[in-house]
Amino acid sequence: MVSVKLNKVSKYFGKVKAVDEVTLYIKDGEFVTLLGPSGCGKTTTLLMIAGIYKPTRGRIYFDDIDVTDIPPKDRNVGMVFQSYALYPHMTVYNNIAFPLKLKKLPKNEIDRKVREVARLLKIDHLLDRKPSQLSGGQQQRVALARALVKEPDVLLLDEPLSNLDALLRVYMRAELKRLQKTLGITAIYVTHDQIEALSMSDRIVVMNEGRIQQIGTPDEIYSKPANTFVASFIGTPPMNLIPCRVTSGKALECPGFKYVFEDEIAEKILKEHNEIYLGIRPEDVLITSKEDSDTEAVILVVEPIGKDLVVTLQLGDEQTIKFLTPSSTKMNPGDKVYLKFRRDRIHLFDKETGRRMEYIIKVGEKE
Amino acid sequence: MGKKYIDVKKIKRRILLEKITKVLVVLFVAVIPSIPIWLMYLGLIAQAFSSKVTVGIIPSGFTLKNWRFLWSTIQMGLKKYPNIWPITMNSLYLALGTALLVTFVAGLAGYALSRMEFRGRTKMMEFILALHAFPSIVLLIALFVLLNKLGLYGKGFITLTGVMITKAALEAPMGAWIMKGFFDSIPWDIEWAALVDGCNRLTAWRKVILPLVLPGFAAVAVFAFLAGWAEFIMAFTFIREDRWWPLSVMIYHVIGEYKFIDWGFLAALSLFYALPTIIFFIFSQKFLLRIYVGGVKG
Ligand SMILES: Nc1ncnc2c1ncn2[C@@H]1O[C@H](COP(=O)(O)OP(=O)(O)O)[C@@H](O)[C@H]1O
Ligand SMILES: [Mg+2]
Repeated sequence: MVSVKLNKVSKYFGKVKAVDEVTLYIKDGEFVTLLGPSGCGKTTTLLMIAGIYKPTRGRIYFDDIDVTDIPPKDRNVGMVFQSYALYPHMTVYNNIAFPLKLKKLPKNEIDRKVREVARLLKIDHLLDRKPSQLSGGQQQRVALARALVKEPDVLLLDEPLSNLDALLRVYMRAELKRLQKTLGITAIYVTHDQIEALSMSDRIVVMNEGRIQQIGTPDEIYSKPANTFVASFIGTPPMNLIPCRVTSGKALECPGFKYVFEDEIAEKILKEHNEIYLGIRPEDVLITSKEDSDTEAVILVVEPIGKDLVVTLQLGDEQTIKFLTPSSTKMNPGDKVYLKFRRDRIHLFDKETGRRMEYIIKVGEKE
Repeated sequence: MGKKYIDVKKIKRRILLEKITKVLVVLFVAVIPSIPIWLMYLGLIAQAFSSKVTVGIIPSGFTLKNWRFLWSTIQMGLKKYPNIWPITMNSLYLALGTALLVTFVAGLAGYALSRMEFRGRTKMMEFILALHAFPSIVLLIALFVLLNKLGLYGKGFITLTGVMITKAALEAPMGAWIMKGFFDSIPWDIEWAALVDGCNRLTAWRKVILPLVLPGFAAVAVFAFLAGWAEFIMAFTFIREDRWWPLSVMIYHVIGEYKFIDWGFLAALSLFYALPTIIFFIFSQKFLLRIYVGGVKG
């Protein structure tokens, strides 16, 4: 097992900056997820760690060894591709045995290891089949077995669950996590699914347009998003971002309402800004009485999602926000409701840079 | 309830009608037009194996007399023709050589066209297609001048080899295109997986990519072989000595002996010439159909 370090790694395809100055340290045995929308450079990053792509700039280290110029076969990484990339002309057995055969291990040892990993992944009854005779879930397990059988130092997983049906995906999330912890293997996991990332990772690296947006534990990413991109990418539904103007010292003019902070810190922070986003997660919006409310809004759409309702509200003339409420609540489109934002859960972002302003952290830490 | 009654009989009748129409269409489009072709082949076989034939296809009396060229010299009037076996060897040499060269070049070129990014790749592919559009007869005069200048015109074995190389050069571009298609169908992921699993570029090629494009190679090789086997115009123009003729040229000369028309013999000889084509198609059809189904998805 090794630690992985990326130092200002960039990859350009012609003019396209697929990965741009990524610096990242992954501890030995850690489960780190690269999270971001499609096309943000996750796969490219993974392929550079595997050694398939050579970085345009920057260096990659496994422990203290600079592996940037070392070919993939000498890096001892295991990789599960999004398409699984099983060899169609080989049986499942030979697919799994392939890395070991290339290492020229003795036949009986290959056989023992293949059967062991097949048993671990519950595919030992499929060893004689061809990949085309397997279901998506089975193919995925074979790909995982092939990656694990050579006991790699680093396991790279490129959206391994994205082709599975919803139920199997939830099951495999736990399964993968358990496997990684038992084997103590350093894992780098790529996904565009924030729920996957939040539920599996020790740490998450949020990426957009080739750049790292934030690195942190799932909790940090969720409760202290570093910028508007992270805020609006994480959460179902994601955080509401309400554009507001700073009027006086600590008052905000927002669509359809005014918001006044009471504390000094807010004043100090707001002083330096003109236009900001007030961020509030749907679950931090509460229904309250008229007297206690921050604003009023009109119900537009009500979507039941099982235990909760997602309610879309009209705020002022153009702004909409979403909030979550238990499904027992009576919500009728067209009705007026009074809302309160949980004060300690308000996030502030500079409108120009999208960057988080320090307000929430101070209040959050006081509690 | 009664109103929602579905007329099963009517539907069945319609399905039957559709079936009949289908059969009729196939009959008119595919079967009937091919009857004359089959008749010709039948006639050919009948001619080749019988002593007397009436109305072109009705044989009477089995004989191998028409096949005597296989074990004796062909003689027509005073003119003697070379023994059939060296001539067959010439044809085989021409066809196998073409197949080998084309497969080799097409494999490399197809891989490069499919996998490698280089400047002018698209232009090159267009150019290759354009190249293939030229019939070899257009090149005949230029080639003739060239060979003459190089002193290779009518130089027996060397000229035959020259014909082979030229033929291969003409066939290679299309082969490269076919191979490009096969390489294109292998996703990068599979190649990368092989590299991560411990292959270097060469072993990845040999152990993963080659087995997957083998049907493509087979197709290209078969087509190149048949093209080489059928090559006539260049061999006819450039080869002077009759002992270096391929079969096609010999057949041409034998048919040209209008004073001694022997239909049975000509039929047998033609059948002999068509043999590889028939064998190869029976063999390669099976092979080509064995392309891995469902495994590789683009
Ligand atoms: N081989 C390539 N050639 C050119 N552009 C590429 C190549 N691979 C990826 N890209 C571009 O780089 C960006 C990042 O791609 P990728 O790493 O595959 O994103 P992700 O895996 O996050 O969806 C995309 O804009 C993509 O179009
Ligand atoms: Mg990707």
